[in-house]
Amino acid sequence: MNLLDVPYMLELVPILLRYLPLTLGMAAAGMVLALSLAAGLAVIRVLRLPVLNMATLLFISFFRGTPLLVQLFLFYYGLPQIMSVLTTINGITATIMGLTLHFSAYMAESIRAAIVGVDRSQTEAALSIGMTQGQLMRRIVLPQATRIAVPTLMNYFIDMIKATSLAFTLGVTELMGATQKEAAGSFLYFEAFIVAAVIYWAIVELLAWCQRRLEYRLNKAYRR
Amino acid sequence: MIRITNLVKRFDGTAVLDGIDMDIARGEIIVVIGPSGTGKSTLLRCLNFLERPDAGHLVLNDLDMDVATASARSILAVRRRTAFVFQNYALFANKTALENIAEGLLVVHRWPRHKAHARARDILERIGLADKGDAYPASLSGGQQQRVGIGRAMAARAEVILFDEPTSSLDPEWVEEVLELMKQLAAERQTMLVVTHEMNFARDVADRVIFMEGGRIVEQGPPSQLFSAPQDPRTRAFLRKMLAGQPAETLPDTPTATLSDL
Repeated sequence: MNLLDVPYMLELVPILLRYLPLTLGMAAAGMVLALSLAAGLAVIRVLRLPVLNMATLLFISFFRGTPLLVQLFLFYYGLPQIMSVLTTINGITATIMGLTLHFSAYMAESIRAAIVGVDRSQTEAALSIGMTQGQLMRRIVLPQATRIAVPTLMNYFIDMIKATSLAFTLGVTELMGATQKEAAGSFLYFEAFIVAAVIYWAIVELLAWCQRRLEYRLNKAYRR
Repeated sequence: MIRITNLVKRFDGTAVLDGIDMDIARGEIIVVIGPSGTGKSTLLRCLNFLERPDAGHLVLNDLDMDVATASARSILAVRRRTAFVFQNYALFANKTALENIAEGLLVVHRWPRHKAHARARDILERIGLADKGDAYPASLSGGQQQRVGIGRAMAARAEVILFDEPTSSLDPEWVEEVLELMKQLAAERQTMLVVTHEMNFARDVADRVIFMEGGRIVEQGPPSQLFSAPQDPRTRAFLRKMLAGQPAETLPDTPTATLSDL
């Protein structure tokens, strides 16, 4: 058995890093869209808006209850078959769409829990001094719900970054797809995928570091 | 200045407030006493619309409304002119002591920031926490938190401050400092409606003591009268229980002849 081909691995790093912007771009777009959608769904759930609440429950049930890969195939291969406008959907769009819908289902529940988790007596205190519902949300509830939600939302973001690798199955050459191509050319599968794994790992660690700093800041008010 | 007429609040069909009538004069200090679950807190909460009353009429200076049908605008107007002190303090955990006091001035009354903060610092001084302006609630003692809670209620110069058992959640060591602050406010003739089990406070500070039971006002009068010569047997029974263990001269007169009706 040969030892690892280290020079090949080092050569591979800059090649694979060229695909990192696409990977991170899909994750960032997915995260922004998923967060916005999830916040809307969470508010519907908290306020129990009639009809919309039922629709939201069904949405969450489906997108949480089925594998992301199945959802991606549905959007990329399935939908164009029944809706002709979608025949031009490309893999990147389908991936962002899938990530958005899939992760918003999870995030909606954690945002809802965070809003509900803000001490109810503070809501009363805010109302008692004459705040409107909007002021109450903006000034008191959401800032505190953010602090509660950040750890789980960051978990989903990390998960989403790794889930972008599924775009490879839709023919998108992102970090995972590029690695596959390089490995197929060199037959050095082990080396190639080790490099890809380390790149993903490094990104996630960097993010975890940012998360710790963010949490430290958000916890400022709660240290004794 | 404040007149409440026939205030009714039901929970699941049970009347918790069963037709309360009350006048509060400017500068008056009223203490409401009574057994647990007799609607004292509900009365305060209805006056601030934290609970929506089922019936009744409220006059607050120039505001005049049927409380069961009051519009959102009227409710905000009432809340902006009354203030509430909560049993569990209910400070905004994401804001400093100073910000807690300034919040209503900034957001509700739209004061400019420097003016709101100047007033908040002034209040911090008065509640004895001038050095704690930048402290968050989590780092304050129970007594300090409740003093900030009272400071928040003082900020907008409310026409009446509603105190809902302000010392009941406090460790005994912090009760005195909170009562002292309330006495100071009383001395400044801040109109106050206080629900409390602190009988000494009621006797020493109140202009009028109201005894409530079963959602109704049973008896009311100046503390000298209510504590020494309660008329209703229910008032006597309650006071005897509350004042048990206190020096004999503070106990209400309970002639032996009336013991049988208790």
